[in-house]
Amino acid sequence: MSAREKILHAININKPELVNLPEVDMQQVTSYDDLLAKFTATLQSIGGQVLGLADINQIHSLINEELTNGHTVLNAINGITDDLNSGQDAITLEPVYKAFIKASIGVAENGAVWIKESQMINRLLPFICQHLIVVLEKDKIVSTMHHAYQQINSFEEGFGVFIAGPSKTADIEQSLVIGAHGARSMTVCILNKDF
Amino acid sequence: MKVKTHAEAAEKFIQDEPRTDWHDETLWFVREKRDRSMHGVNEWELLREWASKIKDHTLSNLDNYLIEFEEKAKANGIIVHWAADGAEHNQVIIDIIGENNIQKIVKSKSMLTEECRLNEFLHSKGIETVDTDLGERIVQFRDETPSHIVLPAIHLKKEDVSETFHQHLGTEQGNNDPQYLTEAARQHLRSKFIEADLAITGVNFAIAETGGFVVCTNEGNADMGAHAASIHIACMGFEKIIPKAEHLAVYLRLLARSATGQPITTYSSHYSKPRAGQQMHLVIVDNGRSKQLGRADFRNSLKCIRCAACFNTCPVYRRSGGHSYHTAVSGPIGSILTPNIDMKANADLPFASTLCGSCSNVCPVKIDIHEQLWKWRQLIVSEGYVSSGKKIGMKGMAFVLSKPALYRFSGKAARGFMRLFPFLFRSKKLNPWYRQREMPLALKQSFTEWYKQNKKA
Repeated sequence: MSAREKILHAININKPELVNLPEVDMQQVTSYDDLLAKFTATLQSIGGQVLGLADINQIHSLINEELTNGHTVLNAINGITDDLNSGQDAITLEPVYKAFIKASIGVAENGAVWIKESQMINRLLPFICQHLIVVLEKDKIVSTMHHAYQQINSFEEGFGVFIAGPSKTADIEQSLVIGAHGARSMTVCILNKDF
Repeated sequence: MKVKTHAEAAEKFIQDEPRTDWHDETLWFVREKRDRSMHGVNEWELLREWASKIKDHTLSNLDNYLIEFEEKAKANGIIVHWAADGAEHNQVIIDIIGENNIQKIVKSKSMLTEECRLNEFLHSKGIETVDTDLGERIVQFRDETPSHIVLPAIHLKKEDVSETFHQHLGTEQGNNDPQYLTEAARQHLRSKFIEADLAITGVNFAIAETGGFVVCTNEGNADMGAHAASIHIACMGFEKIIPKAEHLAVYLRLLARSATGQPITTYSSHYSKPRAGQQMHLVIVDNGRSKQLGRADFRNSLKCIRCAACFNTCPVYRRSGGHSYHTAVSGPIGSILTPNIDMKANADLPFASTLCGSCSNVCPVKIDIHEQLWKWRQLIVSEGYVSSGKKIGMKGMAFVLSKPALYRFSGKAARGFMRLFPFLFRSKKLNPWYRQREMPLALKQSFTEWYKQNKKA
């Protein structure tokens, strides 16, 4: 008998009698009146930054500013430029100083944003860049994770991630250090208009 | 080498009193952060209830969910392996390493691979792995094991880490700044991520309806490894299954808040397909879990989501340290999981508790941990796995306590003896109770006698 058959057989014999799956009652789940205020406060409390954008063209000036400073920038936001291809590997991505990525959802209760593979173009990009800039439309902020999963199909693409703030660790004496292996900072630019 | 029992190892741990106090206070601080975070969620108790019931349902239909999960995962291009025990798990991994001629391996935190002793096994075959979680890298340099499932190096002070990094990474001697030390590890591990051809990760949740899985980290190390290497192996105990993606909302709201007080981990990564040109493997492991599923008293333990809230709240864990438990998963949850795998070797662990119940109160999936500790004690005693001293003592106690007249007589005799020969009771050799405790003053009267005398007044 293969390991698979052995395991499934043992589970079949040993599992308890079938019990029902409970319903998650959305009526009982918190929802926030001022989603942007809650999102901003939460993200700032976990080391993230929030910036207001009147229109998407402001991203251009942010990018130009970095380029003037001699930094390597990768912009993965659709409709601006498309200078990134998915074939890039870790060695070519490692020098990226700032990455610009669009997110589909923001979650007020925990400051997380949902980014799917097609938005980051290369899976490694949001992690390997030194600083991460995320663009999020204001009306895409939801109250909780339950609301978020109602709106996204979390496994529709090969990869997707909720990111909440910069990479961090407290493994040395519980002292919080920002910038463990991933991005050293995370800024969410809230866009007031669709683009 | 004989493995020290929890009591023996703890005795050594508490010899350094300031460090014991520091360990105790640091973990209690994490528990307080959890409390503050939990109070910010109105429906917290409801979330615990849902989390517990979803797992109850899942365990009652586990084989079907695993079959569904496997089918979907395969359709997504993931190669699925099954392993009945730790040895099979390790074999699956070394086979993949051999077939692909892999030279460089990075590994993010996976308590399952610790349970299966993967690093040790690969090392014995001449293959080195680099642990990439900062805490795990620290203990790996020191040739130690993690002492906590979420905070692997919590038994160490920054001076220890500084010395270790000075030896292994050439950092400045005596520079104890956590920022400086973390930066050194970042630079060191970035090169490892980029060079690696295999990344091994754990799995926090596996979703039956989609065939995908979720990995949670704060550091980003699992993602740095998995997205850079050409092969990714994710290892999971089969109890990581949940039915639907929407259930992730319940567990992700509970996990980080229970673990460290954060509203969510920095990264909650959802993997469902390998990227172009990448191999993605998934190893589903039993290693005693199906046996535990059959133990009605203990199957609840399989609901665990490895948040370690029970560690941080436990008065025994906080004052004895994770290494005293001599198992990969220590703390209260480890003490109810490990006797299932080897009752004799882990017979001491269910006794490493005050049965205060705090672990059950903080558990986000409502495992009745303290009740299971008590039930394991009964099973371990009936199977004869306790020391003869404890056995005789318990039998004598039961005999005396069941006979009121004898109990009254013994009490009187003991009080008399204590007054007449106090040195006998203050001998650490003769009285093990006295080793870590002060003896009470022996009163002339028992409470019963006092009560009878004062009742009328």
